[in-house]
Amino acid sequence: MKILLLAKLFASDFTKQKKKITLTVLALTWGTVAIVMLLAFGEGMTRQLRKARSGLGGPIVILWGGETTIPYEGLRRGREIRFMDEDVELLKKSIPEIELISGEYSRWGRTLEYKDKTISEHLTGVYPSFEQMRAHIAQKGGRFLNELDMKNRRRVIFLGHELKEKLFGQEEAVGKTLLLDNIPFTVIGVMVDKMQMGMYHGPDVNTATIPATTFKAIYTQRWPYLSNIVYQPRDPKRVKHVEREVFRVLGKKYKFDPEDDRALWFWDVIEGRKIFDKILLGIQVFLGIMGGLTLMIAGVGVANIMYVTVRRRTKEIGIKLALGARRGYIMWQFLLEAIAISAFGGAMGMTTSFTITKILEKIPVKEEGLQWLGKPVISAEIALLTAVALGIVGVASGYFPSLRASKLDPVESLRYE
Amino acid sequence: MIRMKSIWRVYDTGKVKVEALRNIDLFIQPNEFISIMGPSGSGKSTLMNIIGCLDVPTGGNYALEGKEVSKLHPNQLAEIRNRKMGFVFQNFNLLNYASVYENVELPLIFAGLSFRKRRKRVEEMLDRVGLVERRNHLPSELSGGEMQRIAIARALVNNPSIILADEPTGNLDSVTGKEIINIFEELWSQGNTVVMITHDPEISSRTKRIIKLKDGMIENDEKNHHNHQ
Repeated sequence: MKILLLAKLFASDFTKQKKKITLTVLALTWGTVAIVMLLAFGEGMTRQLRKARSGLGGPIVILWGGETTIPYEGLRRGREIRFMDEDVELLKKSIPEIELISGEYSRWGRTLEYKDKTISEHLTGVYPSFEQMRAHIAQKGGRFLNELDMKNRRRVIFLGHELKEKLFGQEEAVGKTLLLDNIPFTVIGVMVDKMQMGMYHGPDVNTATIPATTFKAIYTQRWPYLSNIVYQPRDPKRVKHVEREVFRVLGKKYKFDPEDDRALWFWDVIEGRKIFDKILLGIQVFLGIMGGLTLMIAGVGVANIMYVTVRRRTKEIGIKLALGARRGYIMWQFLLEAIAISAFGGAMGMTTSFTITKILEKIPVKEEGLQWLGKPVISAEIALLTAVALGIVGVASGYFPSLRASKLDPVESLRYE
Repeated sequence: MIRMKSIWRVYDTGKVKVEALRNIDLFIQPNEFISIMGPSGSGKSTLMNIIGCLDVPTGGNYALEGKEVSKLHPNQLAEIRNRKMGFVFQNFNLLNYASVYENVELPLIFAGLSFRKRRKRVEEMLDRVGLVERRNHLPSELSGGEMQRIAIARALVNNPSIILADEPTGNLDSVTGKEIINIFEELWSQGNTVVMITHDPEISSRTKRIIKLKDGMIENDEKNHHNHQ
């Protein structure tokens, strides 16, 4: 009965302020859509960027040789440190906390030919562990380099997705032979298309990859050095410790001070990711605040309605007080009405937002810039957060009008016409 | 049951102080039938509001059933109004969006009674004022006399100690007004205490005690000897 009475009360208020309540519900709907969609776009973008980030690979560290800045054991400063193939083995043997490791040779402007097409692209020579560390995943029907390729210095080649398109078009590439600097190579795999945010030799989609041993045999007569080394520590939390170990081991071999931090260059992808995550969270919080502000403006509308309602119902409040209603009862009645209006607007907003995301999901995105934005995603957290925000808006906008109602003087209110 | 000693009610409007009640002493026994009379501005309504705990005096003592009530918290006053007072107003003061049944039920909701108990009490009361068949009607669908009977049912539903009526016949024609006064008389004869504001000598002549106010003071307070019952 009580609920029915309350519902009748709300209905009577609605008929008296139809236009105003409708407009406010619309404002609440809009505010909710704003907060949900901003957060959903933020979430979609975050997911897309994380995916793109994973294009670089797993929790890895990329290592380059630098230049010494401290004289050491009679050797001058300013010596350049260059890695040789055997350094990879040395690090692997000396530091058990390195789980995966690969050297990486690199040359720009190598010529690739297939039938009448000739293009000039970037070439790397790497170890099979690249597959896991740097996400060099082959499309169906192909494979990445393996140990036998390494051992036998096979002339096999793994192509980036776009590189394959340029050379082969729609034609199947795996098993075909192409010419790399006039030497025939067999295509063993094509990389799955990937978005890649971090890169140091240009995008993987345009890179050709061959076994490091093959590379060494063909290209290292004049320049025997590795471009860099990529490794993955067993425990990402121990990355700093492994870094010190690398300094120690290579410092011993190349005779530089292990404290000379310019002798080696590290790109700690793991640390970078932590910072990146914080930036993404910051963007999310910012978007949430923007949405929250929009919702707050709608809350002002609710408060306005409630003030008018309290004034209009002054007489009724007087009657109820005379019949023995406590102040809390009067207060709750108005607070519930404010919450009900907010909940209604919020429900409409949520429904609208869900519909928008469903529609956007169905629209294919071709534009590259838009691909980075991703598709809006309404996660459980977003729904919960919005519900909490709506609750706060409802209570906050209803609180002061309700308080005023509950503090009315019974005699004055009964006299009110 | 009501003991008032040197009650003052002063309205402080900032510039002027209005003395609505000045040094009122009043005793009311159980099962009295009282009318309060006086010209407008004499303090009738203020006195009624203070008796009914809708308002509190600015000076003096008011004991209801032996308990001092002038210094109570608004929520405690609300509880007294709910359990001990039954108000009947000149303009009925029914909630226009609620049905007859819901209007009568309201004090029981504030008293926190269960649905079952509420239904029983409301039906008893509607039966008593002879409007059971109107239970689902809205106040706007009732005549003035019916509305006032509903208001009386609402005032009685919580078994109050005192029934307070402020010009209960003021908005009714004389025939209907007489019917309403008959109900009050019947309530009195059943043991209720009834206090009623009126300016109609014919109505006050039916009560057993007449209190006349003038300028916030009791001018006259006497048993009604010309009572023709």
